[in-house]
Amino acid sequence: MTARLESPRETMISASTATDAAVIEAFAGIPALLDQAPALIQRGRLLDCECLLGPASRAFHASIRQGRIVELAPAPVLMRSWRFSYRASAAAWAEYWRPVPRPGFHDLLALTKRGEAVLEGDLHPFMAHLQYFKDMLALPRRHFVTAAT
Amino acid sequence: MSGVIEPITGRYVHVDVGGEICRIYFEENGAGIPLVCLHTAGSDGRQWRHLLADQEFARNFRIIAFDMPWHGKSNPPAGWDGAEYQLTTARYTQTIRAFCQALALDKPVVMGCSIGGRIVLNLAIDHACEFRALIGLEAADFQAPWYDTAWLNRPDVHGGEVCAALVSGLIAPQSPENSRAETLWAYKQGGPGVFKGDLYFYRVDGDLRGRVERIDTRICPLFLLTGEYDFSCTPEDTKRTAGAIGGARVTIMEQLGHFPMSENPEQFRRYIAPVLGEILDQSRQTKRGVPV
Repeated sequence: MTARLESPRETMISASTATDAAVIEAFAGIPALLDQAPALIQRGRLLDCECLLGPASRAFHASIRQGRIVELAPAPVLMRSWRFSYRASAAAWAEYWRPVPRPGFHDLLALTKRGEAVLEGDLHPFMAHLQYFKDMLALPRRHFVTAAT
Repeated sequence: MSGVIEPITGRYVHVDVGGEICRIYFEENGAGIPLVCLHTAGSDGRQWRHLLADQEFARNFRIIAFDMPWHGKSNPPAGWDGAEYQLTTARYTQTIRAFCQALALDKPVVMGCSIGGRIVLNLAIDHACEFRALIGLEAADFQAPWYDTAWLNRPDVHGGEVCAALVSGLIAPQSPENSRAETLWAYKQGGPGVFKGDLYFYRVDGDLRGRVERIDTRICPLFLLTGEYDFSCTPEDTKRTAGAIGGARVTIMEQLGHFPMSENPEQFRRYIAPVLGEILDQSRQTKRGVPV
């Protein structure tokens, strides 16, 4: 018998096409939501970073300057560099954005621990601004239920 | 006088821990069965302030919470030479026993959370006869790591911010915002490298797999309570641990995470009240000579 090692991505929960579309739409709306969150921008005021965020299959290149997302471009972008990436399954984002997420789906690092998300690259900007990224990536929570239903 | 003064009092006791005198800060309230409360890694005894101020519990328990050396208002030992702080199983056990002896506590109950929950298991393994009952919150013999502790103490990342941000995800989403903020505030105030040093015990030195089977709950009852939102010490970790201990009592707490006593004191009270009630009943029966 041959043992097969499963990568975290192979074990991720799957989502419907409708959920995929809703998650991508919600992600595209994050820069505008961030612009309306001055306390969060203040928290990220020293952050300039290129990163890759979003659904594992359809991520976005985010350009962050002084805590604002000044560009959010769907990947792939030819030869675009990034310092770190945080990508989760669309189903995991949908769970993360529930008004009250289920246990294990309520935190970015809970998702990585359970293999629903993958964190890669140079983690310094992510760790130095960890609460900023947690809160920024939770911004669709108040709006996502409406979008998905 | 119009200000509300809480019933909690705080004092310092000088404790000989392995030949080293540690000036330990503790708070207490109530009278009766000594109940010693142990804080989580990187935090301090303030986590227990709601339990300490609980008038009903204080009628039957002398509730005590102390700051481990290096934490809260307990400074590093006077002889500290600047060496990296690393908590070990032996040192942690020694500190708790020395503190209880310094206050001359008669068969106390010890309740610890997280690292405090882990060390409670070690007390149950090696020193059960010294205690009336042991309560482990968010306790397991081992749990899988989910981040690299090197991030907790390095000059290019703010220690307070990263410690708080890491543990913020361990709080249940239902917890009140003010309690969440207060729980995280203690992490923002910890000394550099202290949280990391505590986790040396948790991650490296304090692996109790293969040892918890020795716990005899007939000598000292053991209660394990874990929050459903704790993804560090998961309910499965606690159940697995309890599965190896005959007579261990397990409760999975809904709408709570890794810091039940501070993140949502009201919700935690619903779970801890019956446990303390049972310990009180058993204690009364033992006093009357009724076998339990």
